[in-house]
Amino acid sequence: MLFLAARKPLTSRNVKPTDIQNPEYFHKVVDCQYACPAHTPVPEYIRLIAAERYTEAYMINWQSNVFPGVLGRTCDRPCEPACRRGRVEDEPVAICRLKRVAADNKEDISHLLPAIPSEKNGKRIALIGAGPASLTVARDLAPLGYSIDVYDNQFAGGGMMRSQIPSFRLPEEVLNEEVNYILDMDINATFDTYVDSLREVLDKGYDAVFVGTGAPKGKGLNLPGLEEVADHVHLGIDWLASVAFEHTDKIAEKVLVLGGGNTAMDCCRTSMRLGGKDVRVVVRSPFEDMKASPWEKEDAMHEGIPIYNNHVPKEFVIEDGQFKGMHFEKVEAVYDEDGKRSLVPTGEPLVFMEADVVLMAIGQENSFPWIERDLGIEFDKWDMPVVDPTTFQSSNEKVFFGGDAAFGPENVITAVAHGHQAAISIDLFCRGESVSERPAPGVTLASQKMGVHEWSYDNAVESDPRYVVPLAPLDKSLADRKMEVELGFDAATGFKEAERCLNCDVQTVFDEVRCIECDACVDICPTDCITFTANGEEEDLRGRLTAPARDLTQDLYVSADLPTSRVMVKDENVCLHCGLCAERCPTAAWDMQKFLYNVSRAGQ
Amino acid sequence: MSYQIPKFRHPDLPVNELGYTRADYEGSISTLCAGCGHDSISGAIVRACHELSIEPHKIAKLSGIGCSSKAPTYFLGKSHGFNSVHGRMPSVVTGAAMANRDLLYLGVSGDGDTASIGMGQFAHVARRNLNMVYIVMNNGCYGLTKGQDSATADEGSVSKKGDANIYSAIDLCGTALQMGATFIARSFSGDKAQLVPLIKAAISHRGFALIDVVSPCVTFNNNPGSTKSYEFVRDHAEATGTVDFVPMQKEITTEYEAGFSHEVTMHDGSSVHLYKMEEDLNPFDRTSALIAMEKHRVAGDILTGLIYMDKDSRDLHDVMETSRRPLNTLGAEDLCPGNQMLKNINASLR
Repeated sequence: MLFLAARKPLTSRNVKPTDIQNPEYFHKVVDCQYACPAHTPVPEYIRLIAAERYTEAYMINWQSNVFPGVLGRTCDRPCEPACRRGRVEDEPVAICRLKRVAADNKEDISHLLPAIPSEKNGKRIALIGAGPASLTVARDLAPLGYSIDVYDNQFAGGGMMRSQIPSFRLPEEVLNEEVNYILDMDINATFDTYVDSLREVLDKGYDAVFVGTGAPKGKGLNLPGLEEVADHVHLGIDWLASVAFEHTDKIAEKVLVLGGGNTAMDCCRTSMRLGGKDVRVVVRSPFEDMKASPWEKEDAMHEGIPIYNNHVPKEFVIEDGQFKGMHFEKVEAVYDEDGKRSLVPTGEPLVFMEADVVLMAIGQENSFPWIERDLGIEFDKWDMPVVDPTTFQSSNEKVFFGGDAAFGPENVITAVAHGHQAAISIDLFCRGESVSERPAPGVTLASQKMGVHEWSYDNAVESDPRYVVPLAPLDKSLADRKMEVELGFDAATGFKEAERCLNCDVQTVFDEVRCIECDACVDICPTDCITFTANGEEEDLRGRLTAPARDLTQDLYVSADLPTSRVMVKDENVCLHCGLCAERCPTAAWDMQKFLYNVSRAGQ
Repeated sequence: MSYQIPKFRHPDLPVNELGYTRADYEGSISTLCAGCGHDSISGAIVRACHELSIEPHKIAKLSGIGCSSKAPTYFLGKSHGFNSVHGRMPSVVTGAAMANRDLLYLGVSGDGDTASIGMGQFAHVARRNLNMVYIVMNNGCYGLTKGQDSATADEGSVSKKGDANIYSAIDLCGTALQMGATFIARSFSGDKAQLVPLIKAAISHRGFALIDVVSPCVTFNNNPGSTKSYEFVRDHAEATGTVDFVPMQKEITTEYEAGFSHEVTMHDGSSVHLYKMEEDLNPFDRTSALIAMEKHRVAGDILTGLIYMDKDSRDLHDVMETSRRPLNTLGAEDLCPGNQMLKNINASLR
């Protein structure tokens, strides 16, 4: 007996067979879901959109990320850079905008919302702040019978979604609808009320308190001349809030926006709508290093707003007591051996830019002046509360943190993910159970086989490039601050975009007992994912595959030893989940099985 | 059921000297049964042609009738193809080769197409040493007509219906050797590590190169008792040695365990390294090859690998002194040299 490919001796450093019973293995294969902080089952709802089952698609989102209509417009979309499609061709699936298709086309969902018990469980919870994190906690705990009080200093719920995201990106109706789904769950909301003492809240006898107050303080730059021109300088997030709350409805013609994040993009675009004529974004870093999402930069530039990169603000220029503009120093980015960046002045003369108004959008930070420091809540050297990253509990066991308030500024979807976990902890805590014993995720794995070569999912891989979301005409949208710029995909385009999804949750499941090593799967696989070879160390194995497996973030699926003492190795990296391996398998050693992973919820 | 292969390919697919990836040598999606050995042979042909950097339009793939003869649709989609009459592929190749010696002729046939209806053609094309690669996808049964025993089914081999074959089997390698073939190898569809270099060596060989590839029929002949099943072949395959094909001007990078090795330079300047495992076999000696085949047949083993190669092979073009240029590049004057030339020829024959 002899098999040529199996000459390498087996060693103890062989890769161990992949444990597909561990839910995290297949979870990681669903790149979008794995990358999502809330782990929304993306392919599952995209298939429902393709089937025109928008309401169901919406509810999957609503369960997981609470604000599908909001997030379908404004999410930072960590799922998209992770999308497998982006490794197979140029652009990922437009996951975020598909979410909006579900929200735009859904029917009435009121009968699908959880029932709220009229008889409460006797536990009272206070939520400080009514932003995405707090509302998520409310959404998860209200159906369990908790009595929930929310406090917020704004006139309505939504937190930064209301105060910082401009209406031309997020219409107020969309926000109100999704905020109200939650507030209507028998939540006792107290608005227009700034909580200035946590002690007072605790003294009211709550069983637990959740702090979801965000990162409400804009950072400023104390440059020479600031005191004299203070009237002309605003902090970006404060200015956006005053626009949102209609305290501000115009701006001077020449506007400089300092900063390169999404707030800067919102500031400059809002300025264009309030009378700004010469609006510029000026940022210290190179264009590529800007913190703003690429599409937000594109949107700003599409509206005719120039972005000046590598310009460091130096001073305010005042002539004859009049504010004239600002001086900037030109720099270039230099990277040392470790890739650490420093901005080195080029030595060119300072650049002068005229300005009537300067908006500073260089960052925001936490601020907890209202939390007394003798309540048993430990604060670290950066004056941030010490919060357990899994349970979101502080060192005062009754006080939980989430959203930007927990670990500094992130984004809405992260706040939602925090809210879910904090709700689990609060529920465990109120029931007297250990908050560190987390409930397991809900996982199902089911064959999609319908016939010999028939699957219950659409396994054909469409080659269409990513579809572009249509925009409202520029002149019209610039004239109306509240007019939504993006029109969203229509249903037909939504279907085509949904068809680009590779169904990564339909897993290729291998059963080595059935395999007869005929190589049919190896021969058919369009992306050369599968190799039968001698086992070895992972690094060695990765180099010996049909196509090299160079992306170390992508796992190898390795079988137990086969009769020829080889193993099956599948590089998950660019698998199209087309099911051809399973179609060409004569013994059904390969099967396409849908893996549904639901993050655990409070009360489960 | 999928009728198309997705367009996307692995972004890091290796590129050959022509700038092509393996995908450029693929064909349509197979309609053969799932798990058919023929698909693996197709895959091996794709790999061999890609790795040898053969221009796809310089290949002609020809076949007869049968599951095997359908297979050329599933590889080399950008090459010339001719699906001929049952068992008559050798005649068509002969004609094509006489007209244009610049193409690589890849004949694909099955055990029925070769050992039954095409036996006569097979014998003569081997005898004439036509410069071609003749691949037999040998599954020991007539898969296209529901699995009757073919002429290569071993005596005693049990079919899916449970009946043992009562006739003696034709050994195509032995037949080809007797008939004068100058390159003879046997392999197994499930062993690309062996099959791919064998195909490459056969392509570089000038003359008739037979590769008899045991290719299990998963639908009708992959049952216990069959001698052409995946399991039986894996348990009974004895390799003559390993073959490492080294293209011209490429250095040897593979390291093998010590032992007898032999380097053969092919007509096109490439070389084949043989690493011998079978002690008694001298693959450059017909008698030795015959004895080795017979010895393994008696032992019930399947001898795989390179069995025989004539290093000094003279192919049909050499023997017949045919035109060195393809006929389609010749002008009317060369093709029809006129009455006086005809008279001269006739005169020389009187």
